[in-house]
Amino acid sequence: MKLVACINHVPDTATKVAIAADGRSIERTGVTFTVNPYDEFAIEECLRLKEKLGGEVIAVSLGGDTHRETLRKALAMGADKAVLLKDESPRDSFAVACALTQYLKEASPDAVFFGKQSVDSDDAAVGPMVAEMLGLPSVTVVVKLDINGTTVTAQREIEGGRETVETKLPAVFTAQKGLNEPRYPSLRGIMAAKNKPIEERVPAAVSPKVEILSMRKPPTKNPGKIVGTDVSAVPELVRLLHEEAKVI
Amino acid sequence: MKILVVAEQREGKLKKHAFEALRTARTVAEQAGGQVVALVIGTRVQDVAATLGGYGAQRILTVEDPRLQQYSTTAYTRIIADIAKAEQASVVILAASALGKDCAPRIAVRLDAGLAVDCIALKVDGGDIIATRPVYAGKALTEIRVTSPVKVITLRPNVFPAGSSSGTTVQPEPVSIILSDSDFGTVVKETTQTAGKLDVAEADIIVSGGRGLRGPENFKMIEELASALGAAVGASRAVVDAGWRPHEEQVGQTGKTVSPSLYVAVAISGAIQHLAGMSSSKYIVAINKDKDAPIFEVADYGIVADAFEIVPVLTQEVRKLLGK
Repeated sequence: MKLVACINHVPDTATKVAIAADGRSIERTGVTFTVNPYDEFAIEECLRLKEKLGGEVIAVSLGGDTHRETLRKALAMGADKAVLLKDESPRDSFAVACALTQYLKEASPDAVFFGKQSVDSDDAAVGPMVAEMLGLPSVTVVVKLDINGTTVTAQREIEGGRETVETKLPAVFTAQKGLNEPRYPSLRGIMAAKNKPIEERVPAAVSPKVEILSMRKPPTKNPGKIVGTDVSAVPELVRLLHEEAKVI
Repeated sequence: MKILVVAEQREGKLKKHAFEALRTARTVAEQAGGQVVALVIGTRVQDVAATLGGYGAQRILTVEDPRLQQYSTTAYTRIIADIAKAEQASVVILAASALGKDCAPRIAVRLDAGLAVDCIALKVDGGDIIATRPVYAGKALTEIRVTSPVKVITLRPNVFPAGSSSGTTVQPEPVSIILSDSDFGTVVKETTQTAGKLDVAEADIIVSGGRGLRGPENFKMIEELASALGAAVGASRAVVDAGWRPHEEQVGQTGKTVSPSLYVAVAISGAIQHLAGMSSSKYIVAINKDKDAPIFEVADYGIVADAFEIVPVLTQEVRKLLGK
């Protein structure tokens, strides 16, 4: 099986976000970047499928040289090769999907995995967009996956429950937390990764369809009140919620 | 401007966010000058679709087929895109529900449209729509403009008001779309609902527990408080990773982002990633015995005391107030 994991290099979730001077993006100095947490489930699922069914795992990322760090992590986990689509121009989900589709059309994989969303833009769109562009079925927010030949049974998370979805390969999946437990790269894996190839390609330029006009911090709240420090505060809290906040 | 609103139904009932989407579309159409057309997809949805007239739909379209009893990514994509084209809609609005987030990106590609996801505000500017949406798990807000002629927009549930129905019903127009097997590239075989549980993503009140509760058995008092409030139960990442609560309940950057009217954080310290998931709640109550816990920085009301002493009494007081 040819398995591709599309992964992103994003600010660590512990980052305290500051707005950059351009007023449209975040300040990057002092920010630690890492593999998008949801993409680790994507890489892991590819590795498990390769272990079970044989084949090859390719990790792909769109970005600058800094993305090599994240591709090396995928290689260290066990991916066979990596591809860097080298482009740092601002892209919306559509433009990112175009670049990945350009590569995937040529690579022609059996299954493509994404994390369910990238924790920077939180669009959760690139995976299904790529699927549509490739004319393939997609299942998003996958928490369980079973592949039998070309038949796929997947469970995805919906409000208050789960849907069991059936489809056929080739297909695109976006991974949700809980799909698997991503392995830690072993020391041997880290060493081996240094010799695995990272192929570099330049994707075609694409005009985005969404323009960011401005970025700002969310409004700071007025300081709240400490109602009390023991059970005697409870009736007052309930009164405030009922009469002041009017939420109960 | 013609706005096509996809009004989601599950098991024959329209979701609350369907009304929110319709009301929002109508407001935008009135400001920009335009018409709102609602679309309901499923089986035997004529009667329920007609009620959308009370929330601002000027025309209502239905697509019915026995195979649409359950959701299908590919079938919905085809139906919505075909109708958007036939209607020459310049804007397609869906709720950013599990279903909306699943098919909106595909619909956008099919319509060669830009996509604005999980918006929390819309503003009409000239003939254009400017959307506000959270990024970095809500640590920042962006104002964006979709520059393509056709725009697909998903709205965060429980943020836009649905208002109440004016009582107007509009006669739905059934649309005949011949669906073939190839339109059902993905098919939902079954849906399992976690019985009786209200999902954090849909709840108007959430009671969340954190690691300060010391063990899974102590979540019983959280469930009781939630039950008294008619609330969903949420959890911090720590207790989900410890296996005390299922992942579906996790609130935070790698869990769910929620914006209920009331969020009660019990024995949760308030790590950055957790705050990212709930800080846009309308009102936040924190109960924690550590006065320096970061959660108090975002709380509207706080009690600095042991949760084990406070929560049972709070449940009692809530029951008294609500006459339970």
